[in-house]
Amino acid sequence: MELGFYLSGLVAVLATVGLISGSSPVHAVVYLIVSLIAVALVFFALGAPFAGALEIIVYAGAIMVLFVFVVMMLNLRPEAKRDPLWQRPGYWLGPSLLALVLLVALVALIGDGQAGMTIDGELITARDIGLTLFGPWLIVVELAAILLLAALVTASHVGRRNKPRGNRNRGGTR
Amino acid sequence: MSWWTPQLAATLWAMFQALVILLAVVVVGAALTVVERRLLGLWQDRYGPNRVGPFGTLQLIADMLKIFFKEDWTPPFASRALFMLAPNLAFASLLLSFVIIPITPGWGVADMHIGLLFFLALAGINVYAVLIGGWASGNKYALLGALRASAQTLSYEVFMGLSLMGVVAMAGSFNLRDIVAAQEGLWFVIPQFLGFVTFLIAGIAVTHRHPFDQPEAEQELADGYHVEYSGMKFGMFFIGEYVGMVLVSALIVTLFFGGWQGPWLPPIVWFALKTSFFLMLFILLRASLPRPRYDRVMSFGWRVCLPLTLVNLLATGAVLLLTGS
Amino acid sequence: MRKNKVLSVLWLIPASWSLLRTMWMVFMHGFRKRETVNYPEEEVYLPPRYRGRIILTRDPDGEERCVACNLCAVACPVDCISLQKGEKDDGRWYPEFFRINFSRCIFCGMCEEACPTSAIQLTPDFEMGEYQRQQLVYEKEDLLINGPGKDHDYHFYKVAGMAIAGKDKGEAQNEEVPEDVRTLLP
Repeated sequence: MELGFYLSGLVAVLATVGLISGSSPVHAVVYLIVSLIAVALVFFALGAPFAGALEIIVYAGAIMVLFVFVVMMLNLRPEAKRDPLWQRPGYWLGPSLLALVLLVALVALIGDGQAGMTIDGELITARDIGLTLFGPWLIVVELAAILLLAALVTASHVGRRNKPRGNRNRGGTR
Repeated sequence: MSWWTPQLAATLWAMFQALVILLAVVVVGAALTVVERRLLGLWQDRYGPNRVGPFGTLQLIADMLKIFFKEDWTPPFASRALFMLAPNLAFASLLLSFVIIPITPGWGVADMHIGLLFFLALAGINVYAVLIGGWASGNKYALLGALRASAQTLSYEVFMGLSLMGVVAMAGSFNLRDIVAAQEGLWFVIPQFLGFVTFLIAGIAVTHRHPFDQPEAEQELADGYHVEYSGMKFGMFFIGEYVGMVLVSALIVTLFFGGWQGPWLPPIVWFALKTSFFLMLFILLRASLPRPRYDRVMSFGWRVCLPLTLVNLLATGAVLLLTGS
Repeated sequence: MRKNKVLSVLWLIPASWSLLRTMWMVFMHGFRKRETVNYPEEEVYLPPRYRGRIILTRDPDGEERCVACNLCAVACPVDCISLQKGEKDDGRWYPEFFRINFSRCIFCGMCEEACPTSAIQLTPDFEMGEYQRQQLVYEKEDLLINGPGKDHDYHFYKVAGMAIAGKDKGEAQNEEVPEDVRTLLP
């Protein structure tokens, strides 16, 4: 379990580095997919296969497909040799400082009483997740549902044609 | 004999089972290429391939020899690494899904409690094989096929998952063994008929079989996403499609038709019989139905199948809540 | 309008029925008679007028019918016939060589229609496969058969006005003795 955790973590980090350093958009998206799958495997290794499977289904299986779709449809070519901004050290200063603060906070939080915990691979089943979501977290779930519903209505409104073209051209099903 | 522990024996036995199931699936997938041609011939008043060996039984070997020795050509304009990756992904992702399917009470690779979700996740990954293969080929037709495949699979996977949730709700588990056990008295095809129909449609669409083969439509796209593939790389796409057929058939049997359950005959025979019936249905669909226009496929998925699955899920939930089971 | 939209799902019922009916009908085709002819084992029926391998026939007396008129070579749309005229001592014309390149021939039958003496004929035979292309060029020996082919009684020199040894002008069937133009002088 621990080996799997560290291996998939390493893959996730490397894939993310590949994602931000590559020049071809499609290759970058493929790296992102690998990264997401690696994160899902981290979930598996931690004993949360439900979260891992959902990560793959939702992120890798649906959202990233849309990314790839758009990238392919725009048919972006690898960027020509442009001086990559991110290779200049000056640009690293700010993000590094911010990340350092986060790292300090993370180490402090881990050291604060949670030390000594190991990955025991205890399974969190779908039933547990369902009971947690619709028990203590019910309000949050409902709020998220309302948010998504609002997004759905908005998308359907934005995507609607200005003038309904009547039954004649309504498309395929009839 | 200190190293021979029961645990080691169990591990070895599980590995042996996995190996046998893997080989069986690949062999069935390869044999289906010939069986399909024979059956299509049968339904078109022909014989189909009957030249190699007695009654054409050695046709499979001839095909394999041919495909192994064909030139494995990578076009110079292709994106090489991704071009190589795509067929492996197509083959592996579907093959890996067999991990969750219980063949008989004693046989099966893994007993995962998220079984169905695992299948849905791998079906999601399977799209990338088509997408990446189509893009990496550097060919217009391949790209068009890949774009169609992505839109189609995305739309149909939405209600594929939803159509299975009725079954999950009735069985109370994602685990396929539990689902089979829950069908002891009544196969789920009766209470979940809408779920069965929509899952069948989605399964056909996700495996790009006729009549949902828009991504590889020969007449419009000259074979779509695998236009540039040849030799064994094409073979992996090709066999992968049949492995997908076997997978969807086995899943339908497991989820809706009681899996290995059945009177008199041993479980493995029941499982094989039911699965072959659905494989035959796949081929019959190809023999009889024309390919609809692409926009009709999309609007059928979103306007008909998705509402049907939602209604099915709501009704199932309501009935389960009222009966209190 | 609203009710219509709900009811509009009903088109699914006849559509599904149509699909199922199609599938059933296609399935029942599995029990019909096969249309395939298993060729090498089963013989293929070829009608007598089938246009296959080309032959050169002989007249009922056993002489070559071909008079080397070159009409077949002219009629041939792919120019696959080539021949050279020769003349025997008795005045009959014959082909010195007669060559058909079957790798070009399209078996259209124009040569047969153009032939004034029924010499060149097409037969119901298509089994002409060769491993070497050169062998598809048939010479006169390959083409000539011992027999009159489809036209049993026709004998060109017996009805033609041409003089050959043993048959002068005016001696052919249904032929009148030619006018002696000198007797018509005033």
